[in-house]
Amino acid sequence: MSVVKQDPRNSTALTGNEAVAQAMRQIEPDVVAAYPITPQTEIVQIFSTYVSDGLVNTEYVPVESEHSAMSATVGSAASGARSMTATSANGLALMWEILYIASGTRLPIVMPVVNRALSGPINIHCDHSDAMGARDSGWIQLFSENAQEAYDNMFQAVRIAEHPDVRLPAMVCLDGFIISHGMENVFTLEDNAIREFIGDYMIERSLLDVEQPMTLGPLDLQDFYFEHKRAEAEAMVRSKKVIQSIAEEYEKLSGRSYGLFEEYKLDDAEIAIVVLGSTAGTARYTIDQLRAQGIKVGMLKLRVFRPFPFEELKQALAHVNVIGVMDRADSFSSIGGPLFSELRAVMYDSETRPLITNYIYGLGGRDINPRLIEQMVRELADVQEAGRLNQYVNYLGVRE
Amino acid sequence: MAEMLEIRWHGRGGQGAKTAALLFAEAAAAAGKFIQAFPEYGPERMGAPVISYNRVSEEPITLHSGIESPQYVAVLDPSFVGSVDFTAGVPDGGVIIINTGDTPAEMRNRMGLKNMSIRLCTVDASAIAQDTIGRAIPNTPMLGAIVKATGTLDLETVLVDVESKMKKKFRDKPEIVQGNVDAIRRAYEEVVSE
Repeated sequence: MSVVKQDPRNSTALTGNEAVAQAMRQIEPDVVAAYPITPQTEIVQIFSTYVSDGLVNTEYVPVESEHSAMSATVGSAASGARSMTATSANGLALMWEILYIASGTRLPIVMPVVNRALSGPINIHCDHSDAMGARDSGWIQLFSENAQEAYDNMFQAVRIAEHPDVRLPAMVCLDGFIISHGMENVFTLEDNAIREFIGDYMIERSLLDVEQPMTLGPLDLQDFYFEHKRAEAEAMVRSKKVIQSIAEEYEKLSGRSYGLFEEYKLDDAEIAIVVLGSTAGTARYTIDQLRAQGIKVGMLKLRVFRPFPFEELKQALAHVNVIGVMDRADSFSSIGGPLFSELRAVMYDSETRPLITNYIYGLGGRDINPRLIEQMVRELADVQEAGRLNQYVNYLGVRE
Repeated sequence: MAEMLEIRWHGRGGQGAKTAALLFAEAAAAAGKFIQAFPEYGPERMGAPVISYNRVSEEPITLHSGIESPQYVAVLDPSFVGSVDFTAGVPDGGVIIINTGDTPAEMRNRMGLKNMSIRLCTVDASAIAQDTIGRAIPNTPMLGAIVKATGTLDLETVLVDVESKMKKKFRDKPEIVQGNVDAIRRAYEEVVSE
Protein backbone atom coordinates (compact mmCIF):
# COMPACT_ATOMS: atom_id res chain seq x y z
CA MET A 1 0.00 0.00 0.00
CA SER A 2 1.37 3.39 -0.83
CA VAL A 3 1.18 5.91 1.99
CA VAL A 4 -1.96 7.93 1.50
CA LYS A 5 -2.66 10.66 3.97
CA GLN A 6 -6.11 10.19 5.45
CA ASP A 7 -7.58 12.23 8.30
CA PRO A 8 -6.40 10.56 11.50
CA ARG A 9 -9.62 11.62 13.21
CA ASN A 10 -11.32 8.91 11.17
CA SER A 11 -8.86 6.31 12.37
CA THR A 12 -8.90 3.96 15.32
CA ALA A 13 -5.73 3.51 17.36
CA LEU A 14 -5.14 -0.24 17.18
CA THR A 15 -2.27 -2.65 17.60
CA GLY A 16 -1.61 -5.05 14.73
CA ASN A 17 -3.13 -7.90 16.74
CA GLU A 18 -6.22 -5.82 17.54
CA ALA A 19 -6.58 -4.88 13.88
CA VAL A 20 -6.36 -8.51 12.78
CA ALA A 21 -8.83 -9.64 15.46
CA GLN A 22 -11.16 -6.85 14.33
CA ALA A 23 -10.82 -8.09 10.73
CA MET A 24 -11.67 -11.62 11.88
CA ARG A 25 -14.76 -10.30 13.63
CA GLN A 26 -15.83 -8.64 10.40
CA ILE A 27 -15.09 -11.77 8.34
CA GLU A 28 -16.97 -13.81 10.94
CA PRO A 29 -15.68 -17.24 9.90
CA ASP A 30 -17.84 -20.27 10.65
CA VAL A 31 -15.03 -21.94 12.56
CA VAL A 32 -11.86 -20.75 14.28
CA ALA A 33 -9.62 -23.39 15.86
CA ALA A 34 -6.55 -21.99 17.53
CA TYR A 35 -3.84 -22.41 20.12
CA PRO A 36 -2.11 -19.41 21.70
CA ILE A 37 1.55 -18.57 21.11
CA THR A 38 3.41 -15.30 21.64
CA PRO A 39 3.13 -12.87 19.82
CA GLN A 40 -0.06 -14.18 18.14
CA THR A 41 -1.93 -14.87 21.42
CA GLU A 42 -3.87 -11.60 21.55
CA ILE A 43 -5.50 -12.27 18.17
CA VAL A 44 -7.20 -15.44 19.30
CA GLN A 45 -7.75 -14.13 22.82
CA ILE A 46 -9.56 -11.02 21.54
CA PHE A 47 -11.45 -13.08 18.98
CA SER A 48 -12.57 -15.52 21.68
CA THR A 49 -14.10 -12.60 23.60
CA TYR A 50 -16.06 -11.68 20.45
CA VAL A 51 -17.36 -15.25 20.47
CA SER A 52 -18.27 -15.24 24.16
CA ASP A 53 -19.86 -11.77 23.88
CA GLY A 54 -22.01 -13.02 21.02
CA LEU A 55 -20.59 -10.52 18.51
CA VAL A 56 -19.83 -13.31 16.05
CA ASN A 57 -21.60 -16.53 15.29
CA THR A 58 -18.39 -18.55 15.08
CA GLU A 59 -17.67 -21.99 16.44
CA TYR A 60 -14.48 -21.45 18.45
CA VAL A 61 -12.43 -24.57 19.08
CA PRO A 62 -9.69 -24.17 21.71
CA VAL A 63 -7.40 -27.04 20.74
CA GLU A 64 -4.38 -28.48 22.54
CA SER A 65 -1.67 -27.72 19.99
CA GLU A 66 -1.03 -26.07 16.65
CA HIS A 67 -0.94 -29.46 14.96
CA SER A 68 -4.50 -29.90 16.17
CA ALA A 69 -5.41 -26.28 15.30
CA MET A 70 -4.50 -26.81 11.67
CA SER A 71 -6.03 -30.30 11.63
CA ALA A 72 -9.35 -29.01 12.99
CA THR A 73 -9.26 -26.12 10.53
CA VAL A 74 -8.66 -28.54 7.66
CA GLY A 75 -11.55 -30.71 8.82
CA SER A 76 -13.99 -27.85 9.13
CA ALA A 77 -12.91 -26.25 5.83
CA ALA A 78 -13.39 -29.62 4.09
CA SER A 79 -16.85 -29.92 5.58
CA GLY A 80 -17.86 -26.64 3.93
CA ALA A 81 -17.23 -24.07 6.67
CA ARG A 82 -15.20 -20.86 6.26
CA SER A 83 -12.36 -21.66 8.63
CA MET A 84 -9.46 -19.79 10.14
CA THR A 85 -6.66 -20.12 12.65
CA ALA A 86 -3.63 -18.00 13.59
CA THR A 87 -0.13 -18.73 14.77
CA SER A 88 3.54 -17.74 15.12
CA ALA A 89 7.00 -19.32 14.96
CA ASN A 90 7.16 -22.75 16.59
CA GLY A 91 3.38 -22.99 16.32
CA LEU A 92 3.67 -22.72 12.56
CA ALA A 93 6.50 -25.23 12.61
CA LEU A 94 4.31 -27.68 14.51
CA MET A 95 1.62 -27.24 11.83
CA TRP A 96 4.08 -28.09 9.06
CA GLU A 97 2.69 -31.53 8.25
CA ILE A 98 -0.89 -30.26 8.03
CA LEU A 99 0.02 -27.11 6.03
CA TYR A 100 0.68 -29.36 3.06
CA ILE A 101 -2.57 -31.24 3.60
CA ALA A 102 -4.48 -27.93 3.61
CA SER A 103 -2.96 -26.81 0.32
CA GLY A 104 -2.86 -30.25 -1.29
CA THR A 105 -6.54 -30.72 -0.47
CA ARG A 106 -7.15 -27.22 -1.89
CA LEU A 107 -8.81 -25.79 1.21
CA PRO A 108 -9.13 -21.99 1.26
CA ILE A 109 -8.07 -21.47 4.89
CA VAL A 110 -6.87 -17.99 5.91
CA MET A 111 -4.28 -17.75 8.67
CA PRO A 112 -2.61 -14.67 10.14
CA VAL A 113 1.03 -15.48 10.90
CA VAL A 114 2.61 -13.13 13.41
CA ASN A 115 6.22 -13.51 12.38
CA ARG A 116 8.59 -14.59 15.10
CA ALA A 117 11.99 -16.22 15.15
CA LEU A 118 12.09 -19.99 15.32
CA SER A 119 13.84 -21.53 18.31
CA GLY A 120 16.59 -22.25 19.15
CA PRO A 121 18.00 -20.42 20.88
CA ILE A 122 14.56 -19.54 22.15
CA ASN A 123 13.44 -16.06 21.17
CA ILE A 124 9.98 -14.46 20.96
CA HIS A 125 10.81 -11.52 18.69
CA CYS A 126 10.40 -10.82 15.03
CA ASP A 127 12.04 -12.43 12.08
CA HIS A 128 10.70 -14.24 9.06
CA SER A 129 12.19 -17.68 9.67
CA ASP A 130 8.74 -19.08 10.49
CA ALA A 131 7.01 -17.96 7.28
CA MET A 132 10.06 -18.77 5.17
CA GLY A 133 9.99 -22.30 6.56
CA ALA A 134 6.53 -22.62 5.00
CA ARG A 135 7.38 -21.03 1.67
CA ASP A 136 7.19 -24.33 -0.24
CA SER A 137 4.00 -25.53 1.42
CA GLY A 138 1.63 -24.35 -1.30
CA TRP A 139 0.18 -21.45 0.68
CA ILE A 140 -0.30 -17.95 -0.69
CA GLN A 141 1.87 -15.59 1.42
CA LEU A 142 1.04 -11.90 1.82
CA PHE A 143 3.34 -9.67 3.89
CA SER A 144 2.19 -6.52 5.71
CA GLU A 145 4.18 -3.36 6.39
CA ASN A 146 1.95 -2.11 9.20
CA ALA A 147 -1.29 -2.74 11.09
CA GLN A 148 -3.33 -1.16 8.30
CA GLU A 149 -1.93 -3.54 5.72
CA ALA A 150 -2.44 -6.54 8.00
CA TYR A 151 -6.07 -5.49 8.38
CA ASP A 152 -6.56 -4.93 4.65
CA ASN A 153 -4.72 -8.12 3.67
CA MET A 154 -7.05 -10.23 5.79
CA PHE A 155 -10.12 -9.48 3.67
CA GLN A 156 -8.25 -9.80 0.41
CA ALA A 157 -6.78 -13.12 1.57
CA VAL A 158 -10.27 -14.54 2.08
CA ARG A 159 -11.26 -13.58 -1.46
CA ILE A 160 -8.00 -14.84 -3.00
CA ALA A 161 -8.05 -18.17 -1.17
CA GLU A 162 -11.69 -18.88 -2.01
CA HIS A 163 -11.49 -17.77 -5.64
CA PRO A 164 -12.46 -20.68 -7.94
CA ASP A 165 -9.27 -20.16 -9.98
CA VAL A 166 -7.16 -20.45 -6.84
CA ARG A 167 -8.62 -22.55 -4.01
CA LEU A 168 -5.43 -22.42 -1.97
CA PRO A 169 -4.87 -21.50 1.68
CA ALA A 170 -3.37 -18.09 2.45
CA MET A 171 -1.14 -16.65 5.18
CA VAL A 172 -1.28 -12.99 6.15
CA CYS A 173 2.13 -12.22 7.65
CA LEU A 174 2.74 -9.37 10.08
CA ASP A 175 5.89 -8.68 12.05
CA GLY A 176 5.82 -9.89 15.63
CA PHE A 177 5.81 -7.19 18.33
CA ILE A 178 6.86 -4.44 15.90
CA ILE A 179 3.42 -4.60 14.28
CA SER A 180 1.48 -7.06 16.41
CA HIS A 181 2.03 -5.10 19.63
CA GLY A 182 2.60 -1.64 18.17
CA MET A 183 -0.37 0.71 18.15
CA GLU A 184 -0.96 2.76 15.00
CA ASN A 185 -3.78 4.64 13.27
CA VAL A 186 -5.91 2.10 11.44
CA PHE A 187 -8.68 3.10 9.07
CA THR A 188 -11.31 0.43 9.42
CA LEU A 189 -14.22 -0.30 7.11
CA GLU A 190 -17.89 -0.75 7.95
CA ASP A 191 -19.07 -4.27 8.76
CA ASN A 192 -21.61 -4.16 5.93
CA ALA A 193 -19.02 -3.13 3.37
CA ILE A 194 -16.79 -6.03 4.43
CA ARG A 195 -19.65 -8.50 4.36
CA GLU A 196 -20.47 -7.42 0.84
CA PHE A 197 -16.83 -7.54 -0.24
CA ILE A 198 -16.10 -11.04 1.03
CA GLY A 199 -19.54 -12.51 0.25
CA ASP A 200 -20.78 -15.93 1.31
CA TYR A 201 -18.51 -18.91 1.49
CA MET A 202 -19.32 -20.85 -1.64
CA ILE A 203 -17.33 -23.92 -2.49
CA GLU A 204 -18.76 -26.16 -5.13
CA ARG A 205 -18.43 -29.37 -3.14
CA SER A 206 -17.90 -30.25 0.48
CA LEU A 207 -18.07 -33.26 2.78
CA LEU A 208 -21.41 -32.25 4.25
CA ASP A 209 -23.00 -31.83 0.84
CA VAL A 210 -25.21 -34.93 1.02
CA GLU A 211 -26.57 -34.37 -2.49
CA GLN A 212 -23.09 -34.91 -3.93
CA PRO A 213 -21.31 -37.38 -1.66
CA MET A 214 -17.54 -37.32 -2.01
CA THR A 215 -14.37 -38.59 -0.45
CA LEU A 216 -11.72 -36.09 0.52
CA GLY A 217 -8.07 -36.83 1.13
CA PRO A 218 -7.95 -40.47 0.03
CA LEU A 219 -4.80 -42.34 -0.94
CA ASP A 220 -3.42 -40.82 -4.12
CA LEU A 221 -0.55 -42.90 -5.45
CA GLN A 222 1.41 -43.12 -8.69
CA ASP A 223 -1.79 -42.82 -10.68
CA PHE A 224 -2.90 -39.28 -9.78
CA TYR A 225 -0.73 -37.60 -7.12
CA PHE A 226 1.43 -35.96 -9.76
CA GLU A 227 -1.59 -34.56 -11.64
CA HIS A 228 -2.94 -33.11 -8.40
CA LYS A 229 0.37 -31.46 -7.61
CA ARG A 230 0.57 -30.13 -11.16
CA ALA A 231 -2.90 -28.63 -10.72
CA GLU A 232 -1.83 -27.10 -7.42
CA ALA A 233 1.19 -25.49 -9.09
CA GLU A 234 -1.08 -24.10 -11.80
CA ALA A 235 -3.47 -22.67 -9.21
CA MET A 236 -0.53 -20.80 -7.68
CA VAL A 237 0.36 -19.41 -11.12
CA ARG A 238 -3.26 -18.29 -11.68
CA SER A 239 -3.47 -16.70 -8.23
CA LYS A 240 -1.25 -13.82 -9.36
CA LYS A 241 -3.96 -12.35 -11.60
CA VAL A 242 -6.61 -12.98 -8.96
CA ILE A 243 -4.53 -11.18 -6.32
CA GLN A 244 -4.27 -8.15 -8.61
CA SER A 245 -7.93 -8.03 -9.57
CA ILE A 246 -9.05 -8.39 -5.94
CA ALA A 247 -6.64 -5.60 -4.99
CA GLU A 248 -8.31 -3.36 -7.58
CA GLU A 249 -11.72 -4.21 -6.20
CA TYR A 250 -10.51 -3.52 -2.68
CA GLU A 251 -9.10 -0.17 -3.73
CA LYS A 252 -12.55 0.88 -4.90
CA LEU A 253 -13.89 -0.02 -1.48
CA SER A 254 -11.12 1.38 0.72
CA GLY A 255 -9.23 3.93 -1.38
CA ARG A 256 -6.02 2.04 -0.57
CA SER A 257 -4.12 0.50 -3.43
CA TYR A 258 -2.34 -2.83 -3.28
CA GLY A 259 -0.51 -4.94 -5.81
CA LEU A 260 2.08 -7.67 -5.99
CA PHE A 261 4.60 -5.17 -4.68
CA GLU A 262 4.96 -1.47 -4.09
CA GLU A 263 7.61 0.71 -5.71
CA TYR A 264 8.88 3.68 -3.75
CA LYS A 265 11.03 6.25 -5.58
CA LEU A 266 12.17 3.40 -7.80
CA ASP A 267 11.53 5.05 -11.20
CA ASP A 268 14.83 6.88 -11.43
CA ALA A 269 16.71 4.89 -8.79
CA GLU A 270 20.21 3.56 -9.40
CA ILE A 271 20.20 1.59 -6.17
CA ALA A 272 17.21 -0.53 -5.11
CA ILE A 273 16.37 -2.01 -1.74
CA VAL A 274 14.06 -5.04 -1.83
CA VAL A 275 12.34 -5.77 1.45
CA LEU A 276 9.40 -7.52 3.16
CA GLY A 277 7.31 -6.37 6.11
CA SER A 278 7.66 -3.57 8.65
CA THR A 279 11.24 -2.67 7.66
CA ALA A 280 9.81 -1.18 4.46
CA GLY A 281 8.47 1.72 6.55
CA THR A 282 11.88 2.43 8.07
CA ALA A 283 13.48 2.10 4.62
CA ARG A 284 10.97 4.62 3.23
CA TYR A 285 12.02 7.15 5.88
CA THR A 286 15.72 6.51 5.23
CA ILE A 287 15.29 6.79 1.45
CA ASP A 288 13.71 10.24 1.89
CA GLN A 289 16.76 11.36 3.87
CA LEU A 290 19.27 9.90 1.41
CA ARG A 291 17.41 11.33 -1.59
CA ALA A 292 17.78 14.76 0.02
CA GLN A 293 21.54 14.15 -0.11
CA GLY A 294 21.33 13.29 -3.81
CA ILE A 295 21.65 9.50 -3.50
CA LYS A 296 19.42 7.86 -6.08
CA VAL A 297 17.97 5.07 -3.99
CA GLY A 298 14.51 3.53 -4.15
CA MET A 299 12.64 0.60 -2.73
CA LEU A 300 10.65 -2.35 -3.90
CA LYS A 301 8.49 -3.67 -1.08
CA LEU A 302 7.30 -7.16 -1.87
CA ARG A 303 3.77 -7.84 -0.66
CA VAL A 304 3.24 -11.20 -2.34
CA PHE A 305 6.02 -13.70 -1.68
CA ARG A 306 3.91 -16.67 -2.81
CA PRO A 307 3.29 -16.72 -5.69
CA PHE A 308 6.68 -15.16 -6.43
CA PRO A 309 5.94 -12.50 -9.08
CA PHE A 310 9.10 -13.11 -11.07
CA GLU A 311 8.19 -11.44 -14.38
CA GLU A 312 7.00 -8.25 -12.74
CA LEU A 313 10.02 -8.14 -10.43
CA LYS A 314 12.42 -8.60 -13.32
CA GLN A 315 10.81 -5.74 -15.16
CA ALA A 316 10.56 -3.39 -12.17
CA LEU A 317 14.23 -3.82 -11.27
CA ALA A 318 15.75 -3.98 -14.78
CA HIS A 319 16.87 -0.33 -14.82
CA VAL A 320 18.80 -0.20 -11.54
CA ASN A 321 22.53 -0.77 -11.21
CA VAL A 322 22.62 -2.42 -7.79
CA ILE A 323 20.03 -4.32 -5.76
CA GLY A 324 20.32 -4.90 -2.02
CA VAL A 325 17.97 -7.70 -0.99
CA MET A 326 17.01 -7.62 2.68
CA ASP A 327 16.22 -10.99 4.25
CA ARG A 328 14.92 -11.26 7.81
CA ALA A 329 15.73 -14.98 7.74
CA ASP A 330 18.79 -17.01 6.87
CA SER A 331 18.43 -20.18 4.90
CA PHE A 332 21.83 -21.55 5.97
CA SER A 333 22.46 -22.49 2.37
CA SER A 334 25.74 -20.52 2.59
CA ILE A 335 24.48 -18.31 -0.21
CA GLY A 336 22.06 -16.06 1.60
CA GLY A 337 18.41 -15.79 2.54
CA PRO A 338 15.36 -17.04 0.64
CA LEU A 339 14.31 -13.72 -0.90
CA PHE A 340 17.86 -13.19 -2.19
CA SER A 341 18.16 -16.65 -3.75
CA GLU A 342 14.86 -16.31 -5.58
CA LEU A 343 15.36 -12.74 -6.73
CA ARG A 344 18.88 -13.47 -7.90
CA ALA A 345 17.55 -16.40 -9.93
CA VAL A 346 14.94 -14.11 -11.49
CA MET A 347 17.54 -11.52 -12.48
CA TYR A 348 19.78 -14.13 -14.09
CA ASP A 349 18.09 -13.75 -17.46
CA SER A 350 17.56 -10.02 -17.19
CA GLU A 351 19.36 -8.34 -20.06
CA THR A 352 20.68 -5.61 -17.80
CA ARG A 353 21.85 -7.94 -15.01
CA PRO A 354 22.01 -5.52 -12.08
CA LEU A 355 24.54 -6.37 -9.37
CA ILE A 356 22.63 -8.08 -6.60
CA THR A 357 23.70 -8.65 -3.05
CA ASN A 358 22.08 -9.89 0.14
CA TYR A 359 21.67 -8.25 3.55
CA ILE A 360 20.50 -10.54 6.32
CA TYR A 361 19.24 -8.40 9.20
CA GLY A 362 17.02 -8.23 12.25
CA LEU A 363 17.15 -11.88 13.28
CA GLY A 364 15.44 -12.50 16.61
CA GLY A 365 14.07 -8.96 16.68
CA ARG A 366 17.40 -7.10 16.40
CA ASP A 367 16.42 -3.48 15.78
CA ILE A 368 16.77 -2.29 12.20
CA ASN A 369 16.99 1.50 12.11
CA PRO A 370 17.69 4.27 9.59
CA ARG A 371 21.38 4.29 10.54
CA LEU A 372 21.80 0.63 9.53
CA ILE A 373 19.80 1.06 6.33
CA GLU A 374 21.91 4.08 5.45
CA GLN A 375 25.06 2.04 6.06
CA MET A 376 23.71 -0.62 3.68
CA VAL A 377 22.86 1.94 0.99
CA ARG A 378 26.34 3.49 1.25
CA GLU A 379 27.87 0.03 0.78
CA LEU A 380 25.61 -0.51 -2.23
CA ALA A 381 26.78 2.83 -3.62
CA ASP A 382 30.38 1.57 -3.26
CA VAL A 383 29.41 -1.59 -5.15
CA GLN A 384 27.94 0.58 -7.89
CA GLU A 385 31.09 2.67 -8.03
CA ALA A 386 33.35 -0.40 -8.20
CA GLY A 387 31.06 -2.16 -10.68
CA ARG A 388 31.43 -5.48 -8.91
CA LEU A 389 30.41 -7.27 -5.74
CA ASN A 390 32.73 -8.00 -2.84
CA GLN A 391 30.48 -10.70 -1.46
CA TYR A 392 27.04 -12.15 -1.96
CA VAL A 393 25.95 -12.16 1.65
CA ASN A 394 26.26 -9.41 4.25
CA TYR A 395 25.00 -9.50 7.82
CA LEU A 396 23.61 -6.12 8.84
CA GLY A 397 23.67 -5.00 12.48
CA VAL A 398 25.35 -8.08 13.91
CA ARG A 399 28.41 -8.19 16.20
CA GLU A 400 31.10 -10.14 14.38
CA MET B 1 9.82 15.29 7.33
CA ALA B 2 7.60 17.21 9.69
CA GLU B 3 8.58 17.36 13.32
CA MET B 4 7.91 14.19 15.24
CA LEU B 5 7.40 13.94 18.96
CA GLU B 6 9.06 10.94 20.61
CA ILE B 7 8.42 9.85 24.19
CA ARG B 8 9.95 7.08 26.30
CA TRP B 9 8.18 5.71 29.36
CA HIS B 10 10.12 3.96 32.14
CA GLY B 11 8.24 1.92 34.67
CA ARG B 12 8.26 -1.33 36.53
CA GLY B 13 6.12 -4.27 35.44
CA GLY B 14 2.68 -3.59 36.93
CA GLN B 15 2.93 0.21 37.08
CA GLY B 16 1.22 0.63 33.73
CA ALA B 17 3.93 2.19 31.56
CA LYS B 18 2.60 0.26 28.57
CA THR B 19 -0.98 1.31 29.25
CA ALA B 20 0.08 4.96 29.66
CA ALA B 21 1.73 4.92 26.23
CA LEU B 22 -1.35 3.28 24.69
CA LEU B 23 -3.72 5.79 26.33
CA PHE B 24 -1.57 8.70 25.21
CA ALA B 25 -1.55 7.35 21.64
CA GLU B 26 -5.29 6.79 21.62
CA ALA B 27 -5.95 10.30 22.89
CA ALA B 28 -3.55 11.77 20.32
CA ALA B 29 -5.24 9.80 17.51
CA ALA B 30 -8.63 11.05 18.68
CA ALA B 31 -7.22 14.58 18.53
CA GLY B 32 -6.24 14.07 14.89
CA LYS B 33 -2.60 13.03 15.14
CA PHE B 34 -0.71 10.17 13.59
CA ILE B 35 0.57 7.97 16.39
CA GLN B 36 2.57 4.96 17.43
CA ALA B 37 2.75 3.28 20.83
CA PHE B 38 4.94 0.25 21.38
CA PRO B 39 6.45 -1.50 24.34
CA GLU B 40 9.94 -2.94 24.57
CA TYR B 41 9.40 -6.54 25.55
CA GLY B 42 11.96 -8.28 27.66
CA PRO B 43 11.28 -10.93 30.25
CA GLU B 44 7.96 -9.89 31.83
CA ARG B 45 8.06 -9.90 35.59
CA MET B 46 6.16 -7.84 38.10
CA GLY B 47 8.55 -5.15 39.34
CA ALA B 48 11.16 -5.52 36.59
CA PRO B 49 12.11 -2.35 34.67
CA VAL B 50 10.03 -1.97 31.50
CA ILE B 51 10.04 0.61 28.73
CA SER B 52 7.42 1.75 26.26
CA TYR B 53 7.39 4.41 23.56
CA ASN B 54 5.26 6.91 21.67
CA ARG B 55 5.63 8.71 18.39
CA VAL B 56 3.23 11.53 17.51
CA SER B 57 3.22 13.45 14.25
CA GLU B 58 1.06 15.53 11.93
CA GLU B 59 2.18 13.25 9.09
CA PRO B 60 1.84 9.47 8.66
CA ILE B 61 4.61 7.69 10.58
CA THR B 62 6.41 4.95 8.68
CA LEU B 63 9.40 4.38 10.97
CA HIS B 64 9.35 1.00 12.67
CA SER B 65 12.65 1.21 14.51
CA GLY B 66 13.22 1.75 18.20
CA ILE B 67 13.42 5.27 19.66
CA GLU B 68 16.95 6.27 20.64
CA SER B 69 16.68 10.02 21.29
CA PRO B 70 13.30 10.82 22.87
CA GLN B 71 12.56 14.49 23.53
CA TYR B 72 10.40 13.47 26.49
CA VAL B 73 10.95 10.81 29.14
CA ALA B 74 8.40 9.83 31.78
CA VAL B 75 9.81 8.01 34.80
CA LEU B 76 7.12 6.20 36.75
CA ASP B 77 9.44 4.99 39.50
CA PRO B 78 11.99 7.32 41.17
CA SER B 79 13.93 4.30 42.49
CA PHE B 80 15.46 4.02 39.00
CA VAL B 81 17.91 6.77 39.99
CA GLY B 82 21.30 5.07 40.09
CA SER B 83 20.11 1.79 38.51
CA VAL B 84 18.44 2.62 35.18
CA ASP B 85 19.92 5.36 33.00
CA PHE B 86 16.68 7.01 31.96
CA THR B 87 18.59 10.03 30.64
CA ALA B 88 20.16 7.90 27.87
CA GLY B 89 19.86 9.49 24.45
CA VAL B 90 17.85 12.50 25.64
CA PRO B 91 18.95 15.42 23.45
CA ASP B 92 19.58 18.98 24.61
CA GLY B 93 16.22 20.63 25.06
CA GLY B 94 14.75 17.31 26.19
CA VAL B 95 12.45 17.01 29.19
CA ILE B 96 12.38 14.32 31.89
CA ILE B 97 9.29 14.02 34.09
CA ILE B 98 9.71 12.03 37.26
CA ASN B 99 7.14 10.60 39.64
CA THR B 100 8.43 11.88 42.98
CA GLY B 101 7.47 14.13 45.87
CA ASP B 102 10.85 15.87 45.51
CA THR B 103 11.34 19.16 43.70
CA PRO B 104 13.14 19.19 40.34
CA ALA B 105 16.18 20.76 42.04
CA GLU B 106 16.33 18.00 44.65
CA MET B 107 15.94 15.40 41.91
CA ARG B 108 18.71 16.95 39.81
CA ASN B 109 20.98 16.83 42.81
CA ARG B 110 20.16 13.19 43.54
CA MET B 111 20.69 12.24 39.90
CA GLY B 112 23.90 14.26 39.64
CA LEU B 113 22.55 15.59 36.33
CA LYS B 114 24.91 18.31 35.13
CA ASN B 115 23.43 18.98 31.70
CA MET B 116 21.32 22.11 32.26
CA SER B 117 19.94 21.81 28.70
CA ILE B 118 17.80 18.91 29.89
CA ARG B 119 14.81 20.14 31.86
CA LEU B 120 13.49 18.20 34.85
CA CYS B 121 9.86 18.15 35.97
CA THR B 122 8.43 16.37 38.98
CA VAL B 123 4.98 15.34 40.10
CA ASP B 124 3.93 13.08 42.97
CA ALA B 125 1.97 10.76 40.71
CA SER B 126 1.83 7.88 43.20
CA ALA B 127 0.34 10.13 45.90
CA ILE B 128 -2.17 11.56 43.43
CA ALA B 129 -3.17 8.05 42.34
CA GLN B 130 -3.54 6.96 45.97
CA ASP B 131 -5.84 9.95 46.63
CA THR B 132 -7.96 9.73 43.51
CA ILE B 133 -8.00 6.05 42.53
CA GLY B 134 -7.21 4.49 45.88
CA ARG B 135 -4.14 2.67 44.57
CA ALA B 136 -0.65 4.02 43.97
CA ILE B 137 -0.60 3.14 40.24
CA PRO B 138 1.19 6.15 38.77
CA ASN B 139 0.49 5.72 35.06
CA THR B 140 -2.59 7.86 34.51
CA PRO B 141 -1.33 10.82 36.56
CA MET B 142 1.94 10.61 34.61
CA LEU B 143 -0.14 10.79 31.46
CA GLY B 144 -1.53 14.11 32.72
CA ALA B 145 2.00 15.34 33.42
CA ILE B 146 3.15 14.35 29.91
CA VAL B 147 0.17 16.11 28.35
CA LYS B 148 1.17 19.28 30.22
CA ALA B 149 4.87 19.00 29.42
CA THR B 150 4.49 18.27 25.71
CA GLY B 151 1.69 20.73 25.11
CA THR B 152 0.68 18.88 21.94
CA LEU B 153 -2.72 17.76 23.17
CA ASP B 154 -5.60 19.59 24.73
CA LEU B 155 -6.26 18.32 28.28
CA GLU B 156 -10.04 18.25 27.89
CA THR B 157 -9.78 16.16 24.68
CA VAL B 158 -7.55 13.68 26.48
CA LEU B 159 -9.92 13.45 29.44
CA VAL B 160 -12.91 12.79 27.19
CA ASP B 161 -11.03 10.09 25.32
CA VAL B 162 -9.61 8.37 28.41
CA GLU B 163 -13.03 8.45 30.06
CA SER B 164 -14.72 6.80 27.09
CA LYS B 165 -12.01 4.12 26.81
CA MET B 166 -12.09 3.39 30.52
CA LYS B 167 -15.87 3.25 30.65
CA LYS B 168 -15.71 0.29 28.29
CA LYS B 169 -13.05 -1.45 30.35
CA PHE B 170 -14.53 -0.75 33.77
CA ARG B 171 -18.24 -1.05 32.97
CA ASP B 172 -19.09 -2.00 36.58
CA LYS B 173 -16.68 0.38 38.35
CA PRO B 174 -17.54 4.00 37.52
CA GLU B 175 -15.50 5.18 40.54
CA ILE B 176 -12.31 3.89 38.90
CA VAL B 177 -13.06 5.85 35.74
CA GLN B 178 -13.71 9.06 37.65
CA GLY B 179 -10.63 8.46 39.83
CA ASN B 180 -8.41 8.20 36.77
CA VAL B 181 -9.90 11.29 35.17
CA ASP B 182 -9.30 13.23 38.41
CA ALA B 183 -5.76 11.85 38.60
CA ILE B 184 -4.89 13.05 35.11
CA ARG B 185 -6.29 16.52 35.81
CA ARG B 186 -4.51 16.87 39.15
CA ALA B 187 -1.15 15.78 37.77
CA TYR B 188 -1.59 18.16 34.84
CA GLU B 189 -2.09 20.99 37.34
CA GLU B 190 0.50 19.89 39.92
CA VAL B 191 3.50 18.99 37.76
CA VAL B 192 6.41 21.30 38.61
CA SER B 193 9.03 22.31 36.08
CA GLU B 194 12.52 23.71 36.59
